[in-house]
Amino acid sequence: MTMPSSTLDHIVSGRRLRTRRYRMVLGLLAAVVAAFFVLALMVGQSVTPAGDVLRVLMGENVPGASFAVGQLRLPRALMCILAGLSFGLGGVAFQIMLRNPLASPDIIGITSGASAAAVFCIVVLSLSGPIVSIVAVIAGMGVALAVYGLSFRNGVAGTRLILVGIGVSAMLESFVAYILSQAPSWSLQETMRWLTGSVNGAQMAQALPLLLALVVFGGLLLSRWRDLEALRMGDDMAAALGVRVAVTRVLVIVGAVGLIASATAITGPIAFVAFLSGPIAARMVKSGGSLLVLAALVGAILVLVGDYVGQFVLPSRYPVGVVTGALGAPYLIYLIVRVNRAGGSL
Amino acid sequence: MSRSAKQITRPALLGRSNTARSAGFAGLVVALVLLCALSVAVGTRSVGWEDIAAALTGHVDSIGAAAVSVRIPRTFLALLAGASLGLAGAVMQGVTRNPLADPGILGVNMGASLAVVIGVAWFQISSAQAYIWVAILGAGGAAVFVYTIGSLGRGGATPLKLALAGAATSVAFASLVIAVVLPRNDIAGGIRSWQIGGVGGATFERIYPVLPFLAVGFLVSLLSARKLNSLALGDELAAGLGERVAIARAMAALGAILLCGATTAVCGPIGFLGLVVPHIFRLLIGVDHRWLLPFSAIGGACLLLLADMLGRVIARPAELEVGIVTAAIGAPFFIWIVRRQRIREL
Amino acid sequence: MTIQSFLINGLSVGYAEADILHDLDLQVPSGKITVIVGANASGKSTLLRTMSRLIAPKKGEVLLDGKSVHRTPPRELARTLGLLPQSPIAPEGITVADLVSRGRHPHHSLFSRWTRGDDEAVDAALNATRTTELADRPIEELSGGQRQRVWIAMVLAQQTDVLLLDEPTTFLDVSHQVELLDLLVDLNQARGTTIVMVLHDLNMAARYGDYLVAIANGRVHAAGTPEAVLTQDTVRQVFGLESSIISDPTSGRPMMLPIGRHRMQSKD
Repeated sequence: MTMPSSTLDHIVSGRRLRTRRYRMVLGLLAAVVAAFFVLALMVGQSVTPAGDVLRVLMGENVPGASFAVGQLRLPRALMCILAGLSFGLGGVAFQIMLRNPLASPDIIGITSGASAAAVFCIVVLSLSGPIVSIVAVIAGMGVALAVYGLSFRNGVAGTRLILVGIGVSAMLESFVAYILSQAPSWSLQETMRWLTGSVNGAQMAQALPLLLALVVFGGLLLSRWRDLEALRMGDDMAAALGVRVAVTRVLVIVGAVGLIASATAITGPIAFVAFLSGPIAARMVKSGGSLLVLAALVGAILVLVGDYVGQFVLPSRYPVGVVTGALGAPYLIYLIVRVNRAGGSL
Repeated sequence: MSRSAKQITRPALLGRSNTARSAGFAGLVVALVLLCALSVAVGTRSVGWEDIAAALTGHVDSIGAAAVSVRIPRTFLALLAGASLGLAGAVMQGVTRNPLADPGILGVNMGASLAVVIGVAWFQISSAQAYIWVAILGAGGAAVFVYTIGSLGRGGATPLKLALAGAATSVAFASLVIAVVLPRNDIAGGIRSWQIGGVGGATFERIYPVLPFLAVGFLVSLLSARKLNSLALGDELAAGLGERVAIARAMAALGAILLCGATTAVCGPIGFLGLVVPHIFRLLIGVDHRWLLPFSAIGGACLLLLADMLGRVIARPAELEVGIVTAAIGAPFFIWIVRRQRIREL
Repeated sequence: MTIQSFLINGLSVGYAEADILHDLDLQVPSGKITVIVGANASGKSTLLRTMSRLIAPKKGEVLLDGKSVHRTPPRELARTLGLLPQSPIAPEGITVADLVSRGRHPHHSLFSRWTRGDDEAVDAALNATRTTELADRPIEELSGGQRQRVWIAMVLAQQTDVLLLDEPTTFLDVSHQVELLDLLVDLNQARGTTIVMVLHDLNMAARYGDYLVAIANGRVHAAGTPEAVLTQDTVRQVFGLESSIISDPTSGRPMMLPIGRHRMQSKD
């Protein structure tokens, strides 16, 4: 009876290896996020030593550091993390569900819808604060519904959905451009936020609603992680494994749109974070656990690093969206090389 | 992937007889002349007949006449741009056998914009000739880039993959445009004109340099009509009929790129015209490119004139750039096209 | 591990405009291999997909052990009825063992943990399909035949009493087709799994099926043993083809020889 048990042991050890590797990558990513968080708190117009940073975080009043760390850098760094988590998680959920890495919410209209709503509220209705976020989420859901409805013809085919999304996105972008043209009193900075995304001028008051959205919508998405994994094998196979495909689709869309729209309402559409996080996470780990959390962490890293680079590394100051947007082109080239070699498909 | 059977049975509302088509063409030309006249007469400032007469004879003494004399080159530019983009779109759809091909969607316009912006910011180019050459290079580079990415993997360059590759590339290039322009205070003010195209501020001095390029582009494109008819049958069939597929493709693509690049150099990126116009005329007169190309050119001119007039009238006293109008109207059309197509053809 | 009954009563399935299946009745023999055959677009795939809850019928019901398949929660159903659909998608870079382990999905809920029973199910599935040596290979490296065996292993890991397969042999070489069908017979004999599959090859159907169902125009044209169903009349009416039926010397089952216009011994 040794033969059967040795194959069983092989299976078990293989699975344990996969899980261990997943956990390692997860830990590594979390550590990188923490490291860049600390870096963002330490570096600014001046460099604050780590010890002082810690004391400020504990609530102490450290002259020369409290304002810089507590009022400027902390909200900004927190915003980077929260926005990055939201974009990463929302993006990968869409990509898994639509089984296409190019089917990202920032390409199929969700981000444009949230931007358009936010810009409309701010410029035309002169609103601000949480109400803008709520309107943006509703608008995002509306766009998702519209795109879904417009692509429905005897059922929805992923192909048509993505294409309709591209069309809707173009329409909404022109709307955003129009509204921006009606706000001449805005500085270039403000306009940049809505054209490409920025965490400039982040405040703690904005972080709280974003955290709430992350918990609610992110929680919803994470609860569907098993079903999403099954959906990767095709709608039929997932249904055969007991997944309620239609229901899961709706829940995933609600969760992802909620996340993306909430983040967009505050930071603007930080280009490509939703698009890049999932594929980068997938490169690191093939299995052993859900991509969702990994992609969220990758998103946080992208925004943290992007903002840091945009502020301190380049010859000029750039909002984070320009940095991450510029990352998109080299990534596309990388995609060419890699997919060509593997012979796979997009 | 033979579509020839489907093409033969598709409706051509105006009929396929040469008489009907000639009559239609004549009608279209008349419409164009009328629209030109209208474009000169209509605008943000109302003018009277005396003003028009005065401006046409060169007597620019009153404000009204001045307004008209500004509109004359603008009308001319809109005519040229519309014809170029309409024709380029028809050629692109023929070359890629893709109903969704359009210089905007495929990122070709953005590529031209980016190239010009880089040329101005980093290489201090200033002559009109240099602008145009650089734009054409950018357009060509973007076309090759997008087509390569879109062709990866199973199925080659399907409409979906091309559209997605184009959308992602457009976003990336738009971010790069901002990245290049933002630190340059001297040109940052014009940043919007490189994101959304328009024919405002047109003067004959700006138009003359581009005429030779457009002329060559028109010639090359119109001459490729027969080849496009063969290509429509599929590469293998076309080669079997004696067509040198690669050369035919390259020639047609060159024509389209010349037209797009030159137009974008003067106007900035104007999208969706190249998508909508060929579809309209395909419905009316069928898929014979020897007719479709000229109709698309004249039809494109008409449509752009209309869009420009709309932009001048709808947002009085300000103006809406024609690029916004074409996106706002063209995107729903794009969605309609996607809905009409059967999934297999996408 | 055998079900009691698998019945289809008065099934009508279709879109708003037209019905694909009309008032179809069928009794699937439990513990046996049933093969559904028919011309293209006859409704055979639709029938299988309705049986596995992928499609909801307009009228009628599918009863598994007396319970309506469409009123059973999908996860619960997936523990009794497994389906291998056409063209499943393998996530990129996944290993065989990982893919097979995904068959355990119906046995897990949000917070459930992986148990020894899960590992054993995966191991048993790999053994039954003779894919154990491939366990650590990425799926892209496998041949078509190997890949199909791996997909069957995945469905086996579900540990169901019924196995539905939608055209499992369509893209395989002949040798792999035979290998796969032999494997299904092994499963049926070893575990008493009720197998229902759609095959497009009539002769393979007659050789490997215990029970044949011929579908034409959305209705059951004939159902029974291969000898009873594979007749000249059935082939003519279901496939529009003249044929000659002989007894296959290798298997003793009926075999269909098509009669065309050329290459016929008496004429040509």
